[in-house]
Amino acid sequence: MALVLTEDQELLAQTARDFVRTNSPISRLRALRDAQDSVGFSRDVWQEMAQLGWAGILIPEEYGGAGMGLADLAVVLEAVGRNLAPEPFLSTVLLGGQLLAHAGSPEQKQAWLPGIATGEKILALAYQEARSRYDLNRVSTQATAEGDTWRLSGEKIQVLDGQSADALIVSARTAGEDSNQDGVTLFLLAPDTPGVAIIPQNRVDNRAAALVNLDGVKVGAESVVGPVGQGFQTLSHIVDLATVGLCAEMLGGMSQIFDDTLAYLKTREQFGVVIGSFQALKHRAAKVFMEIELCRSAVMAAANAADAGESDLALLVSLAKARCSDAFVLATNEGVQMHGGIGMTDEHDAGLYMKRARAAEMTFGDAAWHRDRWAQLRNY
Amino acid sequence: MADLKTFRTETHQWLDANAPASIRGVGNTLLDGNWGGRKARYSNPDMKAWLDVMAERGWTAPEWPSQYGGGGLSKDEAKVLQQEMNTLQLPAPLIGFGLTMIGPTLLQYGTEEQKHEHLPGIIKGEIRWCQGYSEPGSGSDLASLKTRAILEGDHYVINGQKVWTSFANLADWMFMLVRTDPKAKKQEGITFLLVDMESPGVETRPIKLISGASPFCETFLTDVHAPAKNVIFEVNKGWTVAKSLLNHERNMIASAFGTTAGKGRGMRDWAKEHLGLDGDRVADPAIRDRMAQYEMDSRAFRLTTERARDAAKAGRPPGPESSMFKIYGTELNQRRLELLVSIAGPHALGWDGPGFEDVELTLTRDWLRSRGNTIEGGTSEIQLNIIAKRVLGLPD
Repeated sequence: MALVLTEDQELLAQTARDFVRTNSPISRLRALRDAQDSVGFSRDVWQEMAQLGWAGILIPEEYGGAGMGLADLAVVLEAVGRNLAPEPFLSTVLLGGQLLAHAGSPEQKQAWLPGIATGEKILALAYQEARSRYDLNRVSTQATAEGDTWRLSGEKIQVLDGQSADALIVSARTAGEDSNQDGVTLFLLAPDTPGVAIIPQNRVDNRAAALVNLDGVKVGAESVVGPVGQGFQTLSHIVDLATVGLCAEMLGGMSQIFDDTLAYLKTREQFGVVIGSFQALKHRAAKVFMEIELCRSAVMAAANAADAGESDLALLVSLAKARCSDAFVLATNEGVQMHGGIGMTDEHDAGLYMKRARAAEMTFGDAAWHRDRWAQLRNY
Repeated sequence: MADLKTFRTETHQWLDANAPASIRGVGNTLLDGNWGGRKARYSNPDMKAWLDVMAERGWTAPEWPSQYGGGGLSKDEAKVLQQEMNTLQLPAPLIGFGLTMIGPTLLQYGTEEQKHEHLPGIIKGEIRWCQGYSEPGSGSDLASLKTRAILEGDHYVINGQKVWTSFANLADWMFMLVRTDPKAKKQEGITFLLVDMESPGVETRPIKLISGASPFCETFLTDVHAPAKNVIFEVNKGWTVAKSLLNHERNMIASAFGTTAGKGRGMRDWAKEHLGLDGDRVADPAIRDRMAQYEMDSRAFRLTTERARDAAKAGRPPGPESSMFKIYGTELNQRRLELLVSIAGPHALGWDGPGFEDVELTLTRDWLRSRGNTIEGGTSEIQLNIIAKRVLGLPD
């Protein structure tokens, strides 16, 4: 597949950019933060995004979606990433939705996918635990069989959109030791199931996240998603796909902070000239530009590989995530430095990008983790 | 498309029938390829036969117009030709600055007479060219060059010195920049001129590098005569031609490094051998991380060159400039060799003689040579200036 947007994708990108410019300024994120909004995103804006078809891009047509690919969704995510839109693409579209679409039973799909496509249903995937870091196999939450039901106990952390989710998908250990790849099972459960406690967390990037406490939560056999004991394998694939989407969002964020920084370099005057005329800053700006270009190629290649089901998908995902992690942090660090004192103020947006860059870096594996995965996949 | 299919079949058959067996699988890089010229020496006479049979069809310069002896192929046909050559493991019949630099420049700026005079010699591999740009006082600030050319009747008299002239001692002709108007602004008094290296007054002296090799020369010009008809484009407008040629040069360097990026001669096996194993992994996690970083950056770089080609093919405006590829490609080559030296450890310290394997000695020389990659063809700093100015629009 060529590394160039199709005409349809160009159109989609244009629509997304136009929508984001008028309906999703970055001031929205700031306002939600200042109001300490319990949901963390705007249900109205999410409805509008769903009406444009974005929530259902990946969902098969039989469940009310468009049945399109990650390469298509990526152009939308890049646009919304430019203004750090907090809507639940990651939790609902990329993680929960994709997990059910790939591994869910026909009943589970029918119950949830159409509602995701219309923007009415929010899903959350509870896969992270204290000290599990980036390894999806490090699951200590226990699920014990009791007849044909299961009893779940444990704690999940930083569950994205956990506080507003209509359903939670939880990874729990049904067999094996703490970090075994086999023996992890996925459960779909309602947040008001007895024994479930959802406690909002306050993160540096203001993205809605919650602790999910499971205290002897009883669920039926119908709540299992995918094969029992094979949850790690399912999660790995879904997180790879979601990582491509996250990378597209990161690409948008780094592009925007770089554009803002360039504009500042061209207007801010010191010593009687614009600071963008200083070679010390020019060269650094040129290096950030190169890093972003390399990221773009990696993200497009990973999205194409995901849509075509290519065998080197995991390598390309690691490539995209490692590069985007480093480049987003670089672009925001340089952005704050080049803005000088104003970049350190809460009033300026540069800090919002810096915080998002760190949060994104530490979602689904940072650069070092992905380089190590690359080395393992390449047998060294 | 059906035509292209036929072309592929016929090309494959013709290549298979005409390529001598002994040249298959031979390298074709800037270092070990066939540069042609009057002084060419062929360790394998079949390379000369391969050059002649390809030149006969114009396939040394597949996309150049056939009226000058070129292949007259379309872009797609030329791509098929290259693919079929790769399939049969055939080396390029000819490489050098005639094909990559002065040829494209003549096609763009030369008169009909100049094209007919010089292009056939390039295509047949009879004439080898060198580039007379840099001077002792004019490196990155190329436009400050001082080599003087004064018109006397129907010829110029040239006095001055060039430096870093690649393979001047092996070249037949030089394309050079000379100052024809010392009073004008520095970019506006420069002329692009062709000079026969056999002209009286031309002297070349190889420069020994830190690697021990001497791919570059100093070139001294004392009362050298060159016909006025050898001016390319207009007198005092040579800077325009020079910049266009520099663009060809950057592309040449970038593509030379772009195709090798990430293909580090058995880096993994070397690492396992020198550093030992921890389970089935290279034992040193710091080296492992550097290897992964290098491989991943190389992959991203190759994907970006692919993306630029795909965008051009789709008729989209050009994205990142050739400057970016020049910077990144050369840095990757340096990183590859630095990493191999780190992996080899004390085995990378040999200069010659006993106790070192050939592959180790070659590595040492290649590492030293590669430090020049970010200097030659416009330093990385100059390329960053170009990106800042032309791509990012930052002011002077």
